[in-house]
Amino acid sequence: MGEFNVHRVRFFNYVPSGIRCVAYNNQSNRLAVSRTDGTVEIYNLSANYFQEKFFPGHESRATEALCWAKGQRLFSAGLNGEIIEYDLQELTIKYAVDAFGGPIWSMAASPSGSQLLVGCEDGSVKLFQITPDRIQFERNFDRQKSRILSLSWHPAGTHVAAGCIDYISVFDAKSGSAIGKMLVDRQYMGVSKRKCIIWGVAFLSDGTVISVDSAGKVQIWDSATGTLVKNHLVSNADVQSIAVSDQEDSFVVGTAEGTVFHFQLVSVTSSSSEKQWVRTKPFQHHTHDVRAVAHSPTALISGGTDTHLVIRPLMEKVEVKNYDAALRKITFPHRRLVSCAKKKQLLLFQFAHHLELWRLGSTVATGKNGDTLPLSKNADHLLHLKTKGPENIICSSISPCGGWIACSTASRFFLYRLNYEHDNISLQRVSKMPVFLRSALQILFSEDSTKLFVASNQRSLHVIRLLEGGFKHLHTFQPQSGPVQSACLLAVSPDGAWLAASGAAAGVLVYSVRRLKLHCTVPAYNFPVTALGIAPNTNNLVIAHSDQQVFEYSIPDKQYTEWSRAVQKQGFHHLWLQRDTPITHISFHPKRPMHILLHDTYMFCLIDKSLPLPNDKTLLYNPLPPTNESDVIRRRTAHAFKISKKYKPLLFVDLLDEKTLVAVERPLDDIVAQLPPPIKKKKFGT
Amino acid sequence: MVEEEGVRVVRCGGSELNFRRAVFSADSKYIFCVSGDYIKVYSTATEECVHILQGHRNLVTGIQLNPNNHLQLYSCSFDGTIKLWDYIDGILIKTFRVGCELHALFTLSCAEDSVFVTINKEKPDVFQLASVKLPKSSSQEIEAKELSFVLDYVNQSPKCIAFGNEGEYVAAVRDFYLSVYFFKKKTTTRFTLSSSRNKKHARNNFTCVACHPKEDCIATGHKDGKIRLWRNFDDEKKYTYTCLHWHHDLVMDLAFSVTGSSLLSGGRESVLVEWREAAEKNKEFLPRLGATIEHISVSPAGDLFCTSHSDNKITIIHRNLEASAVIQGLVKDRSILTGLMIDPRTKALVLNGKPGHLQFYSLQSDKQLYNLDIIQQEYINDSGLIQIELTKAAFGCYGNWLATVEQRQEKETELELQMKLWMYNKKTQGFVLNTKVNMPHEDHITALCFCNAEKSENSTLVTASKDGHFKVWILTDDSDIYKKAVGWTCDFVGSYHKYQATHCCFSEDGSLLAVSFEEIVTIWDSETWELKCTFCQRAGKIRHLCFGRLTCSKYLLGVSENGILCCWNLLSCALEWSTKLNVRVMEPDPNSENIAAVAQSSVGSDLFVFKPSEPRPLYIQKNICREEVLWGVFVPRDVPESFTSEDYQWLNRSQFYFLTKSQSLLTFSTQSPEEKLTPTSKQLLAEESLPTTPFYFLLGKHRQQQQNEKLNEALENELVQLPLTENIPAISELLRTPAHVLPSASFLCSLFVNSLLLSKETKSAEENPDDVDMEEEKESDDSDEESNFTEKIQDINNTDLEEDVIHQLSKSEEKELKKFRKVDYSWIAAL
Repeated sequence: MGEFNVHRVRFFNYVPSGIRCVAYNNQSNRLAVSRTDGTVEIYNLSANYFQEKFFPGHESRATEALCWAKGQRLFSAGLNGEIIEYDLQELTIKYAVDAFGGPIWSMAASPSGSQLLVGCEDGSVKLFQITPDRIQFERNFDRQKSRILSLSWHPAGTHVAAGCIDYISVFDAKSGSAIGKMLVDRQYMGVSKRKCIIWGVAFLSDGTVISVDSAGKVQIWDSATGTLVKNHLVSNADVQSIAVSDQEDSFVVGTAEGTVFHFQLVSVTSSSSEKQWVRTKPFQHHTHDVRAVAHSPTALISGGTDTHLVIRPLMEKVEVKNYDAALRKITFPHRRLVSCAKKKQLLLFQFAHHLELWRLGSTVATGKNGDTLPLSKNADHLLHLKTKGPENIICSSISPCGGWIACSTASRFFLYRLNYEHDNISLQRVSKMPVFLRSALQILFSEDSTKLFVASNQRSLHVIRLLEGGFKHLHTFQPQSGPVQSACLLAVSPDGAWLAASGAAAGVLVYSVRRLKLHCTVPAYNFPVTALGIAPNTNNLVIAHSDQQVFEYSIPDKQYTEWSRAVQKQGFHHLWLQRDTPITHISFHPKRPMHILLHDTYMFCLIDKSLPLPNDKTLLYNPLPPTNESDVIRRRTAHAFKISKKYKPLLFVDLLDEKTLVAVERPLDDIVAQLPPPIKKKKFGT
Repeated sequence: MVEEEGVRVVRCGGSELNFRRAVFSADSKYIFCVSGDYIKVYSTATEECVHILQGHRNLVTGIQLNPNNHLQLYSCSFDGTIKLWDYIDGILIKTFRVGCELHALFTLSCAEDSVFVTINKEKPDVFQLASVKLPKSSSQEIEAKELSFVLDYVNQSPKCIAFGNEGEYVAAVRDFYLSVYFFKKKTTTRFTLSSSRNKKHARNNFTCVACHPKEDCIATGHKDGKIRLWRNFDDEKKYTYTCLHWHHDLVMDLAFSVTGSSLLSGGRESVLVEWREAAEKNKEFLPRLGATIEHISVSPAGDLFCTSHSDNKITIIHRNLEASAVIQGLVKDRSILTGLMIDPRTKALVLNGKPGHLQFYSLQSDKQLYNLDIIQQEYINDSGLIQIELTKAAFGCYGNWLATVEQRQEKETELELQMKLWMYNKKTQGFVLNTKVNMPHEDHITALCFCNAEKSENSTLVTASKDGHFKVWILTDDSDIYKKAVGWTCDFVGSYHKYQATHCCFSEDGSLLAVSFEEIVTIWDSETWELKCTFCQRAGKIRHLCFGRLTCSKYLLGVSENGILCCWNLLSCALEWSTKLNVRVMEPDPNSENIAAVAQSSVGSDLFVFKPSEPRPLYIQKNICREEVLWGVFVPRDVPESFTSEDYQWLNRSQFYFLTKSQSLLTFSTQSPEEKLTPTSKQLLAEESLPTTPFYFLLGKHRQQQQNEKLNEALENELVQLPLTENIPAISELLRTPAHVLPSASFLCSLFVNSLLLSKETKSAEENPDDVDMEEEKESDDSDEESNFTEKIQDINNTDLEEDVIHQLSKSEEKELKKFRKVDYSWIAAL
């Protein structure tokens, strides 16, 4: 792999925001996750849980409910009282409708997908008709005395259960009248609590209603008679979420103690047909409140305040041992939040509402392999750039020369010019941005910092020339038709001749920047692209996909390279394919064209194309070969994939120059330290 | 067992009650537990042993109620038989010979004529679960050889096998496996937990299993304290389980309540946990049960639970988790350091009991009398913790004083030593701490002895220690203006050339004190504490010393570590004799000159009984047991026996009890003690089964009259002991015979009333029935031997009995009754 001076960066204080809602779409096998800052992320469960799209958050839009309707339509509702529909093609918000019932706490789409029900602060349950392009208010249900915290449709669409404070109401969906009321015991372990909040309800097709409440109970009710059938006390703290499987033979609840309990419908004896709900396995993968759970056919999905999205597969449902059979924990977004100005050794960190610019420290000392060198100059926090407005930053970038910074929110695009005078730094915003540059999905500077490439949410690509005092719009590549597969990624060749853009279902598009026209299209692949990179000199495009495949495509030859074909022929090592997280960044060694540097959250890898490929028998994660071994052995054991797991979790790795590497780490402990304290539990023996 | 005439070694109670799960009778009135070769039947209400079912010739390994007749009990034993008992009457109904060692027994109501046993073929650690077909036959002894295997490679312990859902499946656990065999489908499913290879799950081993009585649910206990509830286990893929975790150490046993609504678990924490509705949050505790819970059982009626503990105790617990009764056997939890002693007051055997306690155990009734807390500190059960140990104890002054020594040694140099002196308080009938001496010596105390001379005016205690000193402690007045009190103080410290004091002993009259200092024995005058003389035999460290008694009081005996037994004459100050004998235990008989010595040889232990004056032993029994004998003691008899044979003379006044390394308490007897025990208990049972009807009062009065009669006659004729209660057999026969084989009540009535009418010399007819009980007790005590006697006579000579009976029952009536007795009841057994 060679020896590098590594800048081990740990000052990126990124804290992902907590997960508030999770909605699973059975038809497309996608998962929508909303976070407390209003961000909505779409995960493709078929593509190794890759986060393929996201909608940036907004300060005033605290999402409280999220649901899929009519297959592909995603709705959310929040405390600002608005129902929002997302445009999954344009990656924008389609429209927002005020429900006029105060903050919305709950939302449920009817099983047929034609109606949407929201529960509001004022105790009203409002029924909306879903029309092909909007939603339309239809009727109010009987108004309740307290806020409606949870809603669930009967699978036939005839009845609705609503969880209020201290009781559960059952409505007739047609007339909207309350036909039943089930009072929940406020008692909690013998102590009467002030209120018992029904955090979640689930209506089953046999008329059973399952409720979870703030007293730690999971209760099973018969909605026809309004009687309590079974009471499971599962927690000392609140039970906050519930999700039922489609077969209605198991459900999952999440508690404020971070435990997720799985319940299964089990026959009482093998001979009788009588069945009962039993609590089976508890899972403790969270440290904080589990605010949302989902039940996919093969897995239990949970998320909460501790910002992890945990996918726990159900072993009995998994047929073959594949990627789905392992526990997955998704903590970091599958996109880049760090950009790097190599020449000036600057790092730009993107936060939800601001950007931070740091200059890396330097050292004059030298040492052996593995030594920690003392810093002669500490890392400098140069700039703290706050955006105006309530919107989150979508993307940001710093030019390789360090002279330009660009970032974008959902409605505004910012471009700044930086001037360095010794240690002083001056910042100047480039004003009068053109109208078409309102919002960008991806921003990229060319290697010589003279051009800016912007992928806008209208799916067009703008090429802008940067001048000393301003800019000049050069060209707009018009969008290709066809659906959007995932968020856009851009890559430009170091000589500035080629621009590659992914995101379209048609595959990766390669444009010639010189001729300002589409050069070629890399054939489409089933799995979304997670990272792109164009190698210097050879202009080979390296593409990483979410199923951990890596392709190399020669742009000048318009075909896959020999190496890529060889890799595909032999196949990747099974351990490589089983890795947890997608590759988020690809870069190249400026002097050694055979080397490709790529990384995911838990490792970074240097692929040396000159060495033989590993097969399933060789050790993939070989430790750095000891220096005393003879060259023969080293050569025999060496293979193309040189992997280092020394730094994790990694957010960014890049080569600053031939001998220097920068690695941005974000230790999980630092994130936990910034979260609110979890519910204190007595631990035995302490 | 040897049936020949002669002294033989017998086990005398104290066997483990906690070896297997106890079993309740169907009405929860009785509880059955295995006890060595016997099965004991206890009353759950009174904690009394009502029956001892004996007949097995080896350890009883399993008992179960007959599911088809809940008045019968099956038992199995290492002797290879399954026996069927009528426990109400204590009668053996049938014996089924299986022929191989049986390790556990299970019965099922659906499998009518077969039971399940665990057997061990070939390899020592491989056990199989097999079903045994019990053939129907009227004979008493039946061969049952028809075995069919159910499961292979099961665990030896019956806790690891459970039958569920009325015998539809059987679950067995071993190591990391749970195997479930379905009888209908004839399939086995096996579930494996990740094993020790993975460090995180190193303590995943299964320890016990229980099946839900109504649902398809198996509960398993694990070494790490978890309880897993398995469901859907008929599918190897879709099975699921949930965990309950409270125990921090291994789960010893599990039991479901009768309805299955709650699960009981117990372990080393000695807390019974009730999991209601198998929910982790809904649990109740019964803490402070004293010792590790080894077994839990539930009564079929559902009103009682019981837990067997490692300290040989059974606690009967009410449904509402309140302990209602305790059946305590001899505690055998830890090493016995104090040795065996006899409390002069209660004649109870005293030895180490529960941690930090002295137990007082009645040899006669095989029952623990009480525990005396010596250390008086909370016992914390944790492995690796060095506990305070009660190492020495001695009674003095006719049981008025008790001296105890406790020690704790964390490191070589940190010895904590404490001596406590306890005074017997007549008011409270117990020992009260009088004096506590911290660090009485610098090093371990090796011996402790009171001066038990009758004449001595002040009490004296001597302690010998490894620090080279012996100390004399005397009782002094410790009164002040507030109270009158006495206390112990050190009076004299003696030493001999810095040798370690190894043993000390007072002569019988208390005039001399012998203290051994390694190889040298020193004799001290107890008046002046002057060194009188020394004996040195250069035969190794003296391990044990004792003075001869009565006529042999001039002799001093010493045992050295090199296996030399020496006898010194104190008058001539010379060695009288010595012999090479590796003596482990030497105990003088307090009532005679005899001294018993148990020597260790390569094959076992041998007993020698000798008088110090005679070099030839009185009695030798070789090979009394295979293992090492640790302690022995002579227990004076209440009633001296009169053996004339020279061999048994030494047993006339006292009985010798000894404790082996495996902690079984053994004794020598010409007649097994259980023979003495049974008649009383049978009598008790007959009386207990009497309902309080008008007849009962009649009978009670009748007995009173007999009592009076007997007293009168005893006064008149003290010499001739006539069997005066001849009519008792007639009545008790009537009462003992099971009701279903008796003729109709109308037929018996006249007979019965007639028998009552006979006594016409009623003197005190107005006695109220409250007194009856006391009278009965007296009578039952007295009638022990008599009833024995009468029974024998009945067997030998019928005419005699008839003559005796004649003045109370008319001949014809007696004959009538007898006919019933002679009827062959064997058909009952076939039921």
